[in-house]
Amino acid sequence: MALKIVKGSIDRMFDKNLQDLVRGIRNHKEDEAKYISTCIDEIKQELKQDNIAVKANAVCKLTYLQMLGYDVSWAAFNIVEVMSSSKFTYKRIGYLAASQCFHESTDVIMLTTNQIRKDLSSPNQYDTGVALTGLSCFVTPDLARDLANDIMTLMSHTKPYIRKKAVLIMYKVFLKYPESLRPAFPRLKEKLEDPDPGVQSAAVNVICELARRNPKNYLSLAPLFFKLMTSSTNNWVLIKIIKLFGALTPLEPRLGKKLIEPLTNLIHSTSAMSLLYECVNTVIAVLISLSSGMPNHSASIQLCVQKLRILIEDSDQNLKYLGLLAMSKILKTHPKSVQSHKDLILQCLDDKDESIRLRALDLLYGMVSKKNLMEIVKKLMLHVDKAEGTTYRDELLTKIIDICSQSNYQYITNFEWYISILVELTRLEGTRHGHLIASQMLDVAIRVKAIRAFAVAQMATLLDNAHLLTGNMQRNGICEVSYAAAWICGEFSEHLENPMQTLEAMLRPKVATLPGHIQAVYVQNAAKLFATVLKSQEGNTDSTAAQETSQLMIERLPLFVQSANLEVQERASCILQLVKYIQKLQQKDVEVAEEVSALFAGELNPVAPKAQKKVPVPEGLDLDAWINEPPSESESEDEQPKAIFTKEETKHSRPRHIEVDEKELARRREARKQEQANNPFYIKASPSSQKVYQDTPGVEHIPVVQIDLSVPLKVPGETQHQGLPMSDQYVKLEEERRQKERAEKKKKEKKKRKEKRSGRGKKHDSGPESEEDITPAHMVDIVTEEMPENALPSDDDDKDPNDPHKALDIDLDKPLADSEKLPVRSHRAVEAAKSPGEDGDAETVATQQPKKKSGKDKRDDKKKDKDKERKKSKDEKKKKKHKHEEKEEDLLRGEVHEPVVQSEGISQVAELPTSTSAEVSDLDFWLSNAPVPSNTQEAATVAAAEAPVAEVVSGAAQDSEPDEPKDTEMEETKSSKHKKKKQKKEKEEKEKKKKKRHHHHHRHSDGGGEESVQNGTVEEEEPLPSMSNYCLLAENSYIKMVYDIQGNLQDGSQVVVSVIFENKCDSFLKSMEFNVLDSLNSKLQRPEGSGPHDGLTVPFQLPPGVSNEARFVFTVQSIVMPQKLKGTLTFIVKNEESSTHEKLDFKLHFTCTSYLITTPCYSDAYAKLLESGDLKGSSLKLEGVNMPFHHLLARICFHHHFSVVERIDSCSSMYSRSIQGHHVCLLVKSSGQTVSIDAKCDEPTMLGNVLDEIKQTFSQC
Amino acid sequence: MIKAILIFNNHGKPRLSKFYEHYSEDTEQQIIRETFHLVSKRDENVCNFLEGGMLIGGSDYKLIYRHYATLYFVFCVDSSESELGILDLIQVFVETLDKCFENVCELDLIFHVDKVHNILAEMVMGGMVLETNMNEIIMQVDAQNKMEKSETFIFQSTRQDR
Repeated sequence: MALKIVKGSIDRMFDKNLQDLVRGIRNHKEDEAKYISTCIDEIKQELKQDNIAVKANAVCKLTYLQMLGYDVSWAAFNIVEVMSSSKFTYKRIGYLAASQCFHESTDVIMLTTNQIRKDLSSPNQYDTGVALTGLSCFVTPDLARDLANDIMTLMSHTKPYIRKKAVLIMYKVFLKYPESLRPAFPRLKEKLEDPDPGVQSAAVNVICELARRNPKNYLSLAPLFFKLMTSSTNNWVLIKIIKLFGALTPLEPRLGKKLIEPLTNLIHSTSAMSLLYECVNTVIAVLISLSSGMPNHSASIQLCVQKLRILIEDSDQNLKYLGLLAMSKILKTHPKSVQSHKDLILQCLDDKDESIRLRALDLLYGMVSKKNLMEIVKKLMLHVDKAEGTTYRDELLTKIIDICSQSNYQYITNFEWYISILVELTRLEGTRHGHLIASQMLDVAIRVKAIRAFAVAQMATLLDNAHLLTGNMQRNGICEVSYAAAWICGEFSEHLENPMQTLEAMLRPKVATLPGHIQAVYVQNAAKLFATVLKSQEGNTDSTAAQETSQLMIERLPLFVQSANLEVQERASCILQLVKYIQKLQQKDVEVAEEVSALFAGELNPVAPKAQKKVPVPEGLDLDAWINEPPSESESEDEQPKAIFTKEETKHSRPRHIEVDEKELARRREARKQEQANNPFYIKASPSSQKVYQDTPGVEHIPVVQIDLSVPLKVPGETQHQGLPMSDQYVKLEEERRQKERAEKKKKEKKKRKEKRSGRGKKHDSGPESEEDITPAHMVDIVTEEMPENALPSDDDDKDPNDPHKALDIDLDKPLADSEKLPVRSHRAVEAAKSPGEDGDAETVATQQPKKKSGKDKRDDKKKDKDKERKKSKDEKKKKKHKHEEKEEDLLRGEVHEPVVQSEGISQVAELPTSTSAEVSDLDFWLSNAPVPSNTQEAATVAAAEAPVAEVVSGAAQDSEPDEPKDTEMEETKSSKHKKKKQKKEKEEKEKKKKKRHHHHHRHSDGGGEESVQNGTVEEEEPLPSMSNYCLLAENSYIKMVYDIQGNLQDGSQVVVSVIFENKCDSFLKSMEFNVLDSLNSKLQRPEGSGPHDGLTVPFQLPPGVSNEARFVFTVQSIVMPQKLKGTLTFIVKNEESSTHEKLDFKLHFTCTSYLITTPCYSDAYAKLLESGDLKGSSLKLEGVNMPFHHLLARICFHHHFSVVERIDSCSSMYSRSIQGHHVCLLVKSSGQTVSIDAKCDEPTMLGNVLDEIKQTFSQC
Repeated sequence: MIKAILIFNNHGKPRLSKFYEHYSEDTEQQIIRETFHLVSKRDENVCNFLEGGMLIGGSDYKLIYRHYATLYFVFCVDSSESELGILDLIQVFVETLDKCFENVCELDLIFHVDKVHNILAEMVMGGMVLETNMNEIIMQVDAQNKMEKSETFIFQSTRQDR
């Protein structure tokens, strides 16, 4: 006993580590669960201790247990604790545990934000790496939003190790927080050309992943990828890019043309099978996208097929599999080239590998013809018999049905054969696909009128034969077939030879073991049969037979009336009552047959599955509007509990016997004739066979089915004993028939050749037989599925609305709008915003173009020019623009005119679209560069007329190296500008992107120059000077702080102060603490539990020269007066030798303006507001304002958070709202250098202050 | 994208499971069991691809696996990954394990699943292939192990203090 205690305490002292745990589990094989539960108890004890090492050890063990299937989410908080350890060892354990068991609904995740942020900015690259790896597994929308900016910063980290991880994780961030895609995209694009191959590969990976889902947004990257493809040697990257091109080519056939050559080269040169395979795949995709054209088109196909054949013949099963997979893609568009390899594919059907057999099956689908269908299906039927696993057998079954039913039974020449195949398939027990067979039976019986008699006979035997009723009914999917059998026998009972027998079969007690929905059909169709039987019996003089039938019904039906299934019960009791009534009438010798069969009169037409969806919504009908008050939410409407036999259900719901007068019927008939005549799927009689049925005119004829009486209509089970399965007999018969036919034809054709009288010679068999020669055994009248009149033609491919990638369908070429800035809680690297000088740079991007255009040309001229150019070059190339491109352009153009309602517009809105449309035309240019020799000359001729443009085109067309066009001096034109850019790609593009980024930061504050899009005045106005709302907070030799204050729209008492900290010295700045002396009115929000005088730790450290932004939330009570708060920043300056504590005092100035939030206002609402009379007025006059009016407005918008309501010449009304809901209205008039501002607000003190601040703004400039 | 990486032995005992999408523990176990069931009944000389069907993700997903001695390495991937590429990746993974553990065997994986995770983390991140160069992977793993070692020294001394 004492020993045990000692042992226990020793155990406690030397805690079990992971290895001990694993060993223990292995030693307790027989009571593993019990052992683990004691271990978990120990772990719980360990987690309670303060020592982080012990905790980490415990968490490590939990991670192992998680793998074994134990829920460890209860330890989530401890995991967070371990994650936040300063030691890498523990941190890694913590992050690993988190990555294994955290997910979106783990609530402690929100506690990790700051920890992760800290780790991301850790000086140790492995801390950052581990955090990124962990985050990639459990990133949530909140984390993604909060950390997006930090990760974006890391994408430019000095260490490639971090860069590649940061790039890769961005994909996850995009998925969770789609808004980050556009701001981050330029940098991601930049990483495609990163010097480090790993980073490059990661960027390719992410973009490929993005582009796969929404390829059209990434078309503009094609040139860049093309360059990578021709230059990269990394097979991984190549494979990804080639796969990406496979996704892009369907959107842009010209791209495909460009790709063919390099891909073919790769196919010839590469030794890597993986690369070869992907090349072949993409070439196939290209060939699919090119409908025609391409001179060496067939050569490429041949090359692909030939390479694939080599793969398929390879002894490596993997290559064989992939070869078949790719082959199936070719099959879709070029079936002929695949069909020649039929031998090989049939051979694969015998492969021992199931995956390969399945692939081969897929291929068979496309390889059947009228000629070989029976043969192939026969082979498959043999496989069905041999097949071991049910999965493979089921797959075979569906394939057989797919193959036979494809394109509206196109290849079936003998439907008797097909029905017998279906009947044979019913022998498969335990298949899941009973309903598939059933629906085929129904479909064929309904749509092929000629086959009905045969089908009914077969179904009757099926019903009579009990083999469907054996086994476990509920589980055995095959019993579904009896659904079809019963329905067909009932509906087409006029074809039954012995309806009475079938009726009896349908009312057997054993039927009650069938699933409910089948029983219901049995009962219903028994009634139909009953009607038929009555009809036939009433004709006889003997009335007792009819009465006996009624008696039979009355005896058998009560069984179903007792059914537990509502549907069965209801139908049975209904019909029972009906029959009782009929019996009564019969006893009075009343003839009832007519009336009873009237119950089931009427023709059924198959309805297309999509028919309901395609009914156009009549004008003025709003389906979403409530007719009555909406019901309480608890009521859920399940439309259809079960969706099997949808077709049937729609039919049942139709009124069965509409009283249609003859005229109407005739009209419909006519309409249907018309429809069938126009329907390509309607199998029309081929000329030769029409002769046979010449005398039966039109569609109405039900062709004579020549059932060969030599074929015994027997139970499928029995036929087995006769050696041949039934369908084989049809194959034989069909062959004979074909032979006969051929012989007859020959006789007719070649009467001259008298030496060959006996047309049945064997030679005819071996002779080639063309598809057209085979006429169907009977004229099948395949009824097409009905569609509502004026159905909507659109083929809506239903996309999954829950697909997370849908949210990422974002146009990346559009310029960044201000509203897209990354959100409040994040901080960002702010090199851009820090100095006005650099901001100016951003401006030049926009102004560059006009400057280059020698004179002071207006921008609209330039735009027109550009359009003209593009049009011309289009004409030159005589190439039709592809639709989606046009759309893209329209979009871009549309954007220029689109008013920015959100009033978050930026001064450059007008300019930027031009640069993006330039990008589009850039792509055009690149694509048109494809060596199309015929165009060269044309281009050259126009070149004389239209010097600058044409020179570019001709120059380019002659250029053999398409992505590096020659240098031309046409600096004025757009395209040459781009060319130039391309030349200096490396440097300039980066610069450009940087500028773009700057741009984004620069206008991250609201409201600049919204008027530039008002009243279509865009084009006339000069670009705005750059503006920044960040003003200096404090500065010393170590650090500089600038800040901006913004109101929080959601909370009327909060403002957010964004402070950018910039490290100005060569030392590391850490442990920054930000503190403010609260006033009564304004308080810094501190985390719960901290005192009112505690400082806030800035959540990052600053390496030399780096700046970063932190945000602090303040609560304010009254916002009518400006405020100043004193504060201090303390921090540690750390360099190699020493670390010193430093301190910097500052004064935060809360202006009244900072409580205003840019809010858009429509002019009518604005007018109402002014009329209401609640507002008090005040006014202001500014003298000597020397700036254009729109600059003035832009300044007010930008610095004071106003939006323009309306502008007429040099007079404008503006609006803004405070966080507490005060309305502020301005009327700004300008005449010469005097600007007068009339203002109204419901809070006069505040208004006064705002006006003072506006005055201040303008006095500074 | 890679949806999951599983390692289990010839008896279906999991040696490592890494899911890049969240499933409950029970579902995870079920997936492992079913994957094992699918993979284990295949002959040695058949192809290494399996259409996963409903198991994970649906028809776009494939199981790509390799069988080494007593262990199955299974990757569940979607159509954006190259099949042969993933096979190569598995090879790289195994070779890396071999280098890091010096003649890796099942026991190494049993007792050091955390290390295997750390190695894997340098190859695949969040379901995307991070690095395929074995030397680079080993270098990073070694550097981190070195760091861990320098810390473990301190860790052990604190342990003695206790």
